[in-house]
Formats: sequence, C-alpha cells, structure tokens
Amino acid sequence: MNATMSRYRTMTGHRLFWPAAVLFVMLAANTIYRPGFLSIELKDGHLYGSPIDILRLSAPLILVALGMTLVISTGGIDLSVGSVCAISGAIACMYISKQSDQNSLVVVLTALAMALGVALVLGAWNGVLVAVIGIQPIIATLILMVAGRGLAQLITQGQIITINSEPFRAIGLGHLLTLPLAIFIALAAALLVAAFTRRTALGMIVESVGGNAEASRLAGIRSGRVIFLAYVLSAACAAIAGFMMTANVSSADGNAVGLWVELDAILAVVIGGTSLAGGRFFLSGTIIGALIIQTLTTTVYAMDISPQTSLLFKAVVVIAVCLIQAPAFRARFSRRRRNAPPPATIADKPKEQVPA
Amino acid sequence: MRKLRTQRAIAVLASVLLVGGVAACGNSDTGGGGSKDDGKITMGFSQVGAESGWRTANTTSIKESAAAAGIDLKFDDAQQKQENQIKAIRNYIQQKVDVIAFSPVVESGWDTVLKEAKDAGIPVILTDRSVDSADKSLYKTFLGSDFVKEGRLAGEWLVEQKKGATGPVNIVELQGNTGAAPANDRKKGFGEAIAANPNLKIIASQPGDFTRAGGKQVMEQFLKANPKIDVLFAHNDDMGLGALEAITAAGKVPGKDITIITVDAVKDGMQALADGKFNFIAECSPLLGPQLMDLAKKVHAGEEVPARIETEETTFTQEQAKEALPNRKY
Repeated sequence: MNATMSRYRTMTGHRLFWPAAVLFVMLAANTIYRPGFLSIELKDGHLYGSPIDILRLSAPLILVALGMTLVISTGGIDLSVGSVCAISGAIACMYISKQSDQNSLVVVLTALAMALGVALVLGAWNGVLVAVIGIQPIIATLILMVAGRGLAQLITQGQIITINSEPFRAIGLGHLLTLPLAIFIALAAALLVAAFTRRTALGMIVESVGGNAEASRLAGIRSGRVIFLAYVLSAACAAIAGFMMTANVSSADGNAVGLWVELDAILAVVIGGTSLAGGRFFLSGTIIGALIIQTLTTTVYAMDISPQTSLLFKAVVVIAVCLIQAPAFRARFSRRRRNAPPPATIADKPKEQVPA
Repeated sequence: MRKLRTQRAIAVLASVLLVGGVAACGNSDTGGGGSKDDGKITMGFSQVGAESGWRTANTTSIKESAAAAGIDLKFDDAQQKQENQIKAIRNYIQQKVDVIAFSPVVESGWDTVLKEAKDAGIPVILTDRSVDSADKSLYKTFLGSDFVKEGRLAGEWLVEQKKGATGPVNIVELQGNTGAAPANDRKKGFGEAIAANPNLKIIASQPGDFTRAGGKQVMEQFLKANPKIDVLFAHNDDMGLGALEAITAAGKVPGKDITIITVDAVKDGMQALADGKFNFIAECSPLLGPQLMDLAKKVHAGEEVPARIETEETTFTQEQAKEALPNRKY
C-alpha cells in the first residue's frame, strides 16, 4: 500500500506528469467524441490522420518555443519571433519567386541561406539591445515585433507572394519515412539544443545567468555573451519556423505569417514548467506545451465548436492546465479533499539569508 | 556608471527615432500646405492599412484614378489604427481640402470628427467599410461592396447547380475573422440563399481568419471529421487556396469531388478557377478608384448623390475566369 502510494507520488511529482496528463485527456476526449480521431492510415505512402496533423502543425511552434525557452531562462523574453518568421519567409519566397527555375535546389538553398542570414542579424540586433546596451528585453524586442512586420510587408510589397517550388514546399509538406519532414526538422532542432545545453555546461551557464546575471559574471561567466547568443538562437529557430509556415501554403503573407506566435510560444514555455523569472528551463516540457496548444486548436476544429465559444473554451483549458501545474494549487486542493495536516507552504519557509 | 547611463539614453533615443521613422513613412503624404487655388479638387484619403493584397490593389486603384482624374490626392495609411485615421482627418480639415474620403478601420466612434468636418463644410465619402453613426447627414455617401449580396450570389449559384439533387448536400464553410463585417455578412447572405433548398445543409463552419494557413488547417480537420463533404464555401480566395492543398492531401479532387465557391476574385483565386480547381467566385472588387473620383467631383460641384453606392461587381464561372484572367490587375 505504502509502496504504491509512494510510487504514485513520485510519478505525479514528476514535472512532466501534469502537462502530459492534460495532453492525454485532450486526446481521449477527442477520441470519445469521434472514435476515428486517433486512427492513422497509409495514403500514397504517407501516414495520414489527425495525430500526424497535430505533430506536423506543431513543428513551427516547437521550434519557436525552443528558442523562446532559452531566452526566457536567461530572464528575458523575445516578442519579435513572429515578425522574424514573417521576414524570413518573405525573403525566401521573394527570392525564389524572382528566379526562372524555382525548382532548382541551389535556388532554394540560396534563398534559405539569405533569409537565415538576415534572421541572425535581427537576432544579433535584439541581443545587442538587451545584452550590450541593457534595455529591458520586453521593450527591446517589442521594437522588432512592430517594425519587423512592416519590414516583411515592405519586402513583399504588401502582396501575398505565391511560389511554385517543390524543394521549398518539402520543408512544410515533404515526407521522410512516411512521416512529414517538418516533424524531423523540429525533432532535430530539439535534440541539437538539448545536446548543447544538457550534455555540456552551457545549459547550466544559461540557468545561472538567468538566476543572477551579475553573480554569474562575478563567478567568471560572460553573462552578456550568453544572453546575446540566446537571442540569436531564438531568431534562428524563428526563421526556420517561418520557412515551414510559408512552405506549408507555398506563399508568403507578410501580414499573417507567425502572427501572435510569440504568445503561443510563451504559453508553451510556461505550460512546460519553465519559470518566467528565468534560471530554470525544461525543453521536453516546452515541446509538450506546444503539442497541447496545437491539440487544443485541432480539437476546436474537429469538434466544430462555434467560433464565438472557442476562444472561451481555449481560455478555460489553459487556465485549467496552469492551475493543475501549480504545486501550491494542487497542495491546497488535495489537502481539502483528504483533510490531512497542511504541509509547510512556501510562505512559512524562512527566507534564505543572502549575504549582500 | 555614467558611461552606462549615457549609452542607455542613446539607445532609447535611437529606438524612439526608429519607431518614429517607421510611423512617419505612412504619413509622409499628409504634409505640405493646404489646397491651392488652381481649380483642382484636393482630396484627403485615409486608408485602413496594407494588410492584404486586396487592400494594396485598392490603394493603387485610388492613387492611379486620382492622377487620371486630375484630383490632387493626399494619402494617409492609418496602419489599422482608428486614432491615426482621426488624426489624419483632422489634418485634412485644417488643410481645408475639398473632399475627405476614408475606409473606417472600425464602425463606431466617428461622430465627433465627422461633425468637425461637417462644420468646416467639407463633404465626406466613406469607401469599402461603413460607420454606425445614427446621424446620416455626417457623410455624403458610402461607396463599397455589399457583402450580404456577395454571399447571396454565391448561395444562389449553388442552389441553381444543385437543383436536381435528391439527397442531402453537405456544405462546409470557412469564415473570415470572427466578428468582421465581411464574415458576418457573407455568412448571412449565403445562409439566406441556400435556405431555398432544404437539401443544402451547412454541416460545419469555422473561422480560417482570411488566411491560406488558416483555411488549410481548418479544412484538414473538416475532411477528417466529415466523411462526406460536397461543397466548400470560403469567405475569401486565400482560405479557399489553402483548403485546396488539404483537399488534395486527403486524396480528393478539388472542383470535382468537392465543389468550391469563394469570394474576392484576386489573381491567384482566378487562376485556380480557370484551372478548374474552384467552381465559382463572387467578386469583391477593390478597384473603386474611378467611381470614387466621379463621386468626389459630383459632391464638390454640390450635386446630390445617393446615400449608398455599390461597387461595380460581378461573378465568375470557370469559363468566364479563363477569359478575364489575362487582363486581371490584382
């Protein structure tokens, strides 16, 4: 009895348990509503079904949220990711649309390199504003969030640029081993970031900078450089996400690509358990967070929830996720139910003395 | 420490200049003096923004036809903000332009500034979108598309096509942004028209936000949730174009297995119609420049004009699209 109890505690105590449980409940609810929801069939050699859609459509959000996780863990925030998505997509599509042979691999690679290059410059701009000049991250990145969308529209001249390029289309819609290529790109990015942050000291350095940049600097870490890198990486992730979004519909719409994706990304990061105050980050949590957000959107369409109520529906689910994620809320809830003696809450803990 | 503070000050200054510079770009045409006394009509126009290809074509049409009609145009881009439009209209009043025209970003909150224009004796023409002012004397006329009619034309074509249908015809609908006038009105007009045949039934309706990505994502789920979809009605071409990809990916043939009806008739949409992927488009024309300039001349001369003028619009079938496509401007 005790052993089961403690195993239950360890399991529910795991930081990924609650987000994963929410994802499971949402998928289960969909399956009850429509038994065929989870079914996957093979069509033209590709897997086809709602779960595959969710994975494919969440790939851009996973990418953006990965970059956002690192930025947030340094204690910052990057509001400009949506605009970077739009700019990179616009540059790539604009370049391809001007070429005579849009299907040439060289053309597409050049377009991607150009767009990625610009995105890195934009990331560096954010990084300089925050790390070198010391502007508040929310203000520094707001500049690019507002100006960037104008820039994207300037590149496309306010038009929707339609292209007809198979290699570019493949980024969003191509398949590898019967699965959409976008899933592999997002997975590769996630593994790369995980390897660099968790197999080397880099992750710990990022967390230490987020915890206390000044103390880290005094301990010998170049805080400024770490923060700068986080913004550059975030812009690079956003650029690749921008390629996926534009490739998905083979057109660049400077006004719509990546619109509000920064908010979804921040939400994914928070659902994943990363602290907005910085100093801790969980990449796997972020990925589950992104999957939850996409599943929520897909659920609205699959269940045909009316547009007027769907925003409220989403809000209720998000609040529920955040509440059951919060240990303080869970502790209070379970205490009431079991009427057990209250465990020490955070407020009762003596404040740690920190020598000035 | 002082060095750091100076650096910060410079940075803040630089960013203010940057943002200011971007904002100023949109307003650059509003500067300059008042109306000249050379007999030329001066028109102040405040545009919503540059949010879509449709809007860009609208702006181009207004600029080109002003030049052609010999009207001195002062153009302002409000970047989707009502306060920018109010500011621009006040500027025009101060500059004593002859006619003010604008596409209101939102429907409400215009009474004060329109009253100011009226008091200054400057006639106002609304284009594309209307205002909800109770006092209709605040503006001379409203020139724009009838969104309800567009929806109705689309619905009537479908009713005609499915006249002989004995079984139920399942329709899915891709709406525009929730609450936007074109979305509400097109839905209403379409719904009214298809009520004529009880076999025609809308089985699912979700917003695709007027974008290709939105249309595609919603259509993917529609296809999975509903095994039998006969007709797609999309509130604009872009959502229809996005849905095309979802339909193809599901192994169905757009235009044959699923009849596709859209609104707008932009170039990409017309191409899809000519290629046989769409079946019918109800036009929503952005090219209202020539009509606007005629109206401006009339109200300036003191002639009476109708309070509501519809943009000249048509509908396209696949054959008509093939003919019209080579001359399509936008």
